[in-house]
Amino acid sequence: MTEVSINPAALGPTASAKFRERVLPFILFGMVLVAIPFFGPSRTTMTLLNHIGINIVFALSYNMLLGRAGLLSFGHAVYLGLGGYFCVHILNWIDAADGGFWGNLPVFSMPIFGFAMGAAAGAVIGWPSCKRAGTAFAMISLGVAELMSAGAFMFDSLFGGEMGISGDRMAGPDFLGLSLGPLADVYWFIAFWTFFGVVAMFAFTRTPLGKLSEATRDNPERVQFIGYNPTRVRYLVFIFAGAFAGMAGGMSSVQDEIFTPENLSLIPSGAILIAAYVGGIRYFSGPIMGAIVMTYMGSNLSDYTAGWLLYLGLMFICVVMFVPDGIAGLVFGFWRGVRSPNRSEVFGKWAWQVSGVVLMIVSIIIIVEVAFRWSDGYGEVFEPFGLALSHTSILTWILAFVPLAAGVVLMRHAAAKYEEA
Amino acid sequence: METIVFSLLNGTIYGLLLFMLSSGLTLIFSMMGVLNFAHASFYMLGAYCAYTIMGVTNFWLALLLAPILVGAVGMGVERWGLRKVHANGHVAELLFTFGLAYLIDEVVKIIWGRTSVNYKVPESLDFTLFTLYGSNYPAYRIFILFVSIFMLVSLWYLLKKTRVGLIIQAALTHPHMVGHLGHNVPLVFMGVFGAGCALAGLAGVIGGNYFITDPAMAVQMGPIVFVVVVVGGLGSLEGAFVAAMLIGILQTSAVSINASFADIFGFLGMTATSEVGGITIASLAPMLPFLMLVLILIVKPTGLMGDREV
Repeated sequence: MTEVSINPAALGPTASAKFRERVLPFILFGMVLVAIPFFGPSRTTMTLLNHIGINIVFALSYNMLLGRAGLLSFGHAVYLGLGGYFCVHILNWIDAADGGFWGNLPVFSMPIFGFAMGAAAGAVIGWPSCKRAGTAFAMISLGVAELMSAGAFMFDSLFGGEMGISGDRMAGPDFLGLSLGPLADVYWFIAFWTFFGVVAMFAFTRTPLGKLSEATRDNPERVQFIGYNPTRVRYLVFIFAGAFAGMAGGMSSVQDEIFTPENLSLIPSGAILIAAYVGGIRYFSGPIMGAIVMTYMGSNLSDYTAGWLLYLGLMFICVVMFVPDGIAGLVFGFWRGVRSPNRSEVFGKWAWQVSGVVLMIVSIIIIVEVAFRWSDGYGEVFEPFGLALSHTSILTWILAFVPLAAGVVLMRHAAAKYEEA
Repeated sequence: METIVFSLLNGTIYGLLLFMLSSGLTLIFSMMGVLNFAHASFYMLGAYCAYTIMGVTNFWLALLLAPILVGAVGMGVERWGLRKVHANGHVAELLFTFGLAYLIDEVVKIIWGRTSVNYKVPESLDFTLFTLYGSNYPAYRIFILFVSIFMLVSLWYLLKKTRVGLIIQAALTHPHMVGHLGHNVPLVFMGVFGAGCALAGLAGVIGGNYFITDPAMAVQMGPIVFVVVVVGGLGSLEGAFVAAMLIGILQTSAVSINASFADIFGFLGMTATSEVGGITIASLAPMLPFLMLVLILIVKPTGLMGDREV
């Protein structure tokens, strides 16, 4: 009989690896958050940054469901909305209060209340919906989202009807010298809670519950074999996901000071689903990248082109079809490629692919832009780099389809050439 | 009495339209396990195609051509899109159709504009068929009724009485076995996906001028079609039929009831001026299908007539 001795400590990561993977990224993230205001961003940038912070927390909380627990939800905005609504109501109570508990409550603490409300909503709605996984869960979440957003229009005193409910973030006592009036103050508020949320959600993935949720996603039967109840695991994860979404709602209530029933509907739920997926649901940092890119695109791209929703849809479909690991997958894939021994070959493949993709993007942009201008019917002409591309000119058609064909050829060539390698 | 008859009649027509949409979705789901999020977008595409074809030729040609066109688009989507995503699992497929719905919405806005188009009932069908309780009943609604029933019967015949139907039914439950017997299962899948989309397109052709043809019609119809399929039981055409009729009649009747909660629960001391008391049954109508969905999934996860869980 051979003695097999395994030293468990030797199998785990070394202390330096732990530091590099679990602590260093957060230190860097915190430093970036602190450094940003010293570059003196403008008011629009500040607002954008605040929204990015909110969406980072929201997307990460969504990924607790989709990426970690394997639960596809079409109604995650319900929890952000309910948390946010609760906070707007509290803002109004603070404003109206004359001393007492509400009168002494700093607005800085709003995300805590959002967290509590999100958790409560998750506990109530999650109880029936978490009995099922897979498609049934997705359908229930869709039904709940429709019910909530339709029902919200009926209770005006709670949800404020079409106009929604607004509050005033300047009410209540200051906290840490932040009056939360100017946007710069709000930035610190958002930065603090974003950092807190990111760290807390990363810590959650390290807890036994976080690990179990991944096990339940991969193989619920085995989870049952080792003595855990998958339904219970899903339910608990669902409550936490709802709670962090509610926290994002609390942050949003201070930034925007208004919530409407629209915030509960399928539209923001779909948007966060796209953001998390495009970012890459298999990586913890994926939804962060997705939230940054999507929020930026949502606020800036719409200034440049009428077709930004079309680009968004195209991008989403391309990610689903060709890059299931999302932006984070590309970033980490690049990093691995740079460090791999057969670097030159990897770079060769990328060169082919990147040029193919660029050519296709050029075509698609031309097609979409020309199509939108033709559709508007104002006779406006798409003029990139001084070229007048109207839908009647032959140059437009050449530019629209030749690069597309060339791009497809390049991609096929790259796939064929490097397949055996 | 008057209200009941009209509600039943209109509800039946609405229910049949819903069934036409959901039959395709159910077929697609039970065969490939994909809940096609873009199904209602194909419905919209059908209405818009019919509008364009009708502008060039006439309604009858549109009735024939638009579903074929939509079916062809559906086949293309299956062949070059879904089949590729299939390897990444069901969630990826669901998300693919989710993205596709976005895309079709935007493309429709580019081609046909952001406002509703004037897709009208053809003149040959635009007359009063009979007068009931002093109200004129348009012939077009009865036309919808007949087209739906015709479609229903031919679908039933195709699935239950022909060899093609036999292969499709076998491929629903045992795709591998059917493949081993020498049938081209991917081709069957593509055909079923195309046929399902064509059915949605047909519903669009006859429903588009009954309701309004605008870029929002897919978003309005989409979730309700899901409800029908899930409530009826996934993969069960009979269940989808029952659920479609149920939701059609329920929703149409609810709209015509003016009573509020205060009238019903008045004995509990609820007044019409209070917030809950002021809610009318009519205003609850859009929520009914979703309430039903959530309740069914909790109480009877297989749906009304399904034999498997979602």
